[in-house]
Amino acid sequence: MTELVIIGGGPAGMSAALAAYENGVRDILILERDERLGGILQQCIHNGFGLHRFGEELTGPEYAWRYEERVRELGIPFKLNTMVMNITADKEITATNSIDGIFTIQAKAIILAMGCRERSRGALNIAGTRPAGVYSAGTAQKLVNMKGYMPGKNVVILGSGDIGLIMARRMSLEGAKVKAVCELMPYSGGLARNIEQCLNDFNIPLLLSHTVVKVHGKKRVEGVTIAKVDQFGKPIEDTMEFIECDTLLLSVGLIPENEISRSAGIDINRITNGAYVTQSRETSIPGVFACGNVLHVHDLVDYVSEEAEIAGENAALYIKGELKNDIDIPIETDGKVRYTVPQRITAKEDTKIFFRVANVYENATIKVYNGDEIIFKTSKSKVAPGEMQCITLKAQLLQNAEKLRIGLEVF
Amino acid sequence: MYDVAIIGGGVVGGMLARALSSYKLKLCIVEKENDVAMGASKANSAIVHAGFDAEPGTLKAKLNVRGSEMMEQVAKELGVKYKRNGSLVVGFNDDDKKIIEELYERGIKNGVKELSIIESSELHTLEANISPDATCALNAPTGAIICPYELTIAAIGNAMDNGADLKVNFEVSKLNLCNEFYEITSTDGDMIKAKYVVNAAGVNADSVAAMANETDIKIHPRRGEYVLLDKTSGGLVSHTIFRTPSAMGKGILVTPTVDGNLLLGPTAKDMEDKSDTATTADGLSNVLANCSETTVGINLRDTITSFCGLRAVGNTGDFIINSTAERFINAAGIESPGLSASPAIAEYIIDMLLSMGLELTKNEKFNPIRKPAHLFRESSVAERNRIIAENRAYGRIICRCEGVSEGEIREAIRTNPPARDLDGVKRRTRAQMGRCQGGFCMPYITEILSEELGVTYDSITKNGGNSKLITGKTKEGCER
Ligand SMILES: Cc1cc2nc3c(=O)[nH]c(=O)nc-3n(C[C@H](O)[C@H](O)[C@H](O)COP(=O)(O)OP(=O)(O)OC[C@H]3O[C@@H](n4cnc5c(N)ncnc54)[C@H](O)[C@@H]3O)c2cc1C
Ligand SMILES: Cc1cc2nc3c(=O)[nH]c(=O)nc-3n(C[C@H](O)[C@H](O)[C@H](O)COP(=O)(O)OP(=O)(O)OC[C@H]3O[C@@H](n4cnc5c(N)ncnc54)[C@H](O)[C@@H]3O)c2cc1C
Repeated sequence: MTELVIIGGGPAGMSAALAAYENGVRDILILERDERLGGILQQCIHNGFGLHRFGEELTGPEYAWRYEERVRELGIPFKLNTMVMNITADKEITATNSIDGIFTIQAKAIILAMGCRERSRGALNIAGTRPAGVYSAGTAQKLVNMKGYMPGKNVVILGSGDIGLIMARRMSLEGAKVKAVCELMPYSGGLARNIEQCLNDFNIPLLLSHTVVKVHGKKRVEGVTIAKVDQFGKPIEDTMEFIECDTLLLSVGLIPENEISRSAGIDINRITNGAYVTQSRETSIPGVFACGNVLHVHDLVDYVSEEAEIAGENAALYIKGELKNDIDIPIETDGKVRYTVPQRITAKEDTKIFFRVANVYENATIKVYNGDEIIFKTSKSKVAPGEMQCITLKAQLLQNAEKLRIGLEVF
Repeated sequence: MYDVAIIGGGVVGGMLARALSSYKLKLCIVEKENDVAMGASKANSAIVHAGFDAEPGTLKAKLNVRGSEMMEQVAKELGVKYKRNGSLVVGFNDDDKKIIEELYERGIKNGVKELSIIESSELHTLEANISPDATCALNAPTGAIICPYELTIAAIGNAMDNGADLKVNFEVSKLNLCNEFYEITSTDGDMIKAKYVVNAAGVNADSVAAMANETDIKIHPRRGEYVLLDKTSGGLVSHTIFRTPSAMGKGILVTPTVDGNLLLGPTAKDMEDKSDTATTADGLSNVLANCSETTVGINLRDTITSFCGLRAVGNTGDFIINSTAERFINAAGIESPGLSASPAIAEYIIDMLLSMGLELTKNEKFNPIRKPAHLFRESSVAERNRIIAENRAYGRIICRCEGVSEGEIREAIRTNPPARDLDGVKRRTRAQMGRCQGGFCMPYITEILSEELGVTYDSITKNGGNSKLITGKTKEGCER
């Protein structure tokens, strides 16, 4: 029996481990399938990590190292090159590596920190040929930053998520020509600062309400056909345009890696593709917690660490038998607020609620209702789907709460 | 000098090579691509048809029924996944019922066993997710599913293990009949000699026939597009579900695959270009719009990829298996049910070769068994741990979605016919075939390929030719 097993050694897994340690847990094991700790940050060699946490701009590996160093100092055990294949509702974990072979561990508590994967071309059903030269932006990032190879010279990027934007700049710096970034929506899903620094500074056009409808080239990409889309996202026939390129990079969304969570029977939210959790980040299986990108996709790693600390702390409480579960208040959303994390509150404490909105809204008022009564209200000059929002509900607001609803109004 | 040369490394050429390798013969398969199973044999519905569809008396009917009977044993010997899941042809009204009765009659004439017509209640007990509007169905329990490229690869691998040669990147452009033999020349100017030649060049079989002065065979490509869903959707149906064919067309079939995915398709559109396997927006939307006719609850959000295959439609309506020149056999127009019929086509061609004077002596050393490519993953935990202890590479998972280890990938590059590119590794191991479609593991597999093949990282291709993955180094260059 291991008290706490953490699946995934990215920023979420490491932060959770450190928080659990600080709250008294000593019997911890981190399982990581990659050959090092740090998760996806290993390949994010640009600046911009840690502004909120450390007040300075770190690269991804630097940010990750701050945590890895602590993990090593404290002697928290981890196994690398170890892939978790399965977990059960009884918290039995099956994993594989070269040294131990296939082995099982019984855990008292589990923290899921498996991160996410990128959506692939297949999921988009883009018509055309299937040549070499179509990569997800993250794969291209890995090739360029970790392996030192260029996946192409003339590039079109589909999707204006942050990874796509960062790669537009990276490929340009490496001498490639980025011809356009096409975005299906009328707004970008990326951070405003990335659009400025990664596209505008390099004169790369951002084509909003555009998509790639066809890939050309038998063996290697020779071009793509792009088109403007109507308000339903359907390509408009007479706006089709051929762009010659040898590479198509896709930055069309991230999907939390919840296959093993599903097989354990954990309830998964269809909007976040992550587990339903309480404010302690406990999933529908008691003693199984989730944090980081496996729970919902974050834009900033600083929030990942923050969330992971909540999960680590509460896993420690669970192990000691002290996790509070005295109330049960569900949180619902209206259409303009896509989702919240957490989706339930089970303790009367000050509670931070993270959420994303469904569209770009200006002069928005966020209101929290208990039944018909407004118990909290705040205004924002602009909100966008690409930027996660957060409000804090004071404990006393939860006094008489039964069921909360978060709504957004525009004036 | 070879005794027999086979042009085309598809399922027809592959099954023939394997059957011939049980005799003392010098054999060679020549294939124009970088790997085998690159034509119709990699992109089709993967159904071993029961045999009720073909017109009685045709070669299609005869060879389908015979091939389908042989397939289970062949698949077992070759270690290929095969499942007799049964086929259902679903009807919605009286017109459909009439057609189903006709299919039933045809099936009986063709010698298909265990056929029956079932009513709504029995149909819905067999398959919970069939449309509630369905009223009847033809039930063909002998219908089966198989992995077509795995079958092709395994057949050619087994032929090679038994002594056959394989030449890839050998596109036949000229056939020269000398007195005793043929000179077979490739576009690159390579040449082999063989006493007998079998043309199994799929959609190009007419051009190869023309190289031997046979110009009556005409083949045109007919496109079929598919959408493949994730394994989370694979359990929606257990049978292969066809809609009753009508004047409106054949409808979109819904079937589980042997690997547990759900396959939807195909469309049918006549084409000109024999190499155009691009998918189209129209085709894909046709699949998506019509797949729910027979089956409810298909979750298109589970889509992981789409693809397209070309049927080699001949000009006679039947398979064209004939000899139009000395010691030269055509296997042309092998459209559906060519996969199902392939073991029987091999038998049929061997009979023709025999009657042409080819001497057949049993190869005493012939071993019909091939080690299954998925042996490791299907072994017990204890067995897998024993293998990992012996070879640590089997404990290192490279493809996360499908759980494929480094050991299995290296094995695929070392086993006949060896994988030489990323797609080759994919078809042999399933690495890159899961939900992330290679996003994570592609850089690692490239590394393993470059080590095993002893070539540089940047020379690895997706599927041969100029399908290079890398266009150069970054300014700083590589870590190694
Ligand atoms: C390609 C990409 C680029 C990004 N670029 C930026 C950026 O430029 N700026 C920014 O602020 N944010 C960026 N992000 C977001 C940010 O890096 C993430 O929010 C953060 O890394 C998430 O941390 P995590 O620990 O939840 O997930 P990850 O960093 O993904 O870590 C998850 C870890 O779990 C391991 N794991 C998963 N499944 C298993 C299993 N079954 N067994 C064992 N181990 C497992 C993985 O190998 C991985 O190491 C990027 C994210 C991605 C995917
Ligand atoms: C959409 C679709 C659905 C189908 N569904 C089914 C089904 O469910 N069940 C079933 O039984 N059948 C089905 N079929 C039919 C089946 O796929 C084919 O009958 C079978 O794969 C044909 O195999 P083959 O070896 O003749 O051709 P191919 O697999 O096309 O092989 C021909 C090979 O020859 C090579 N070649 C061509 N020209 C040259 C040259 N000049 N020199 C060297 N090599 C050359 C090609 O590269 C290719 O590898 C389907 C076909 C399609 C397209």
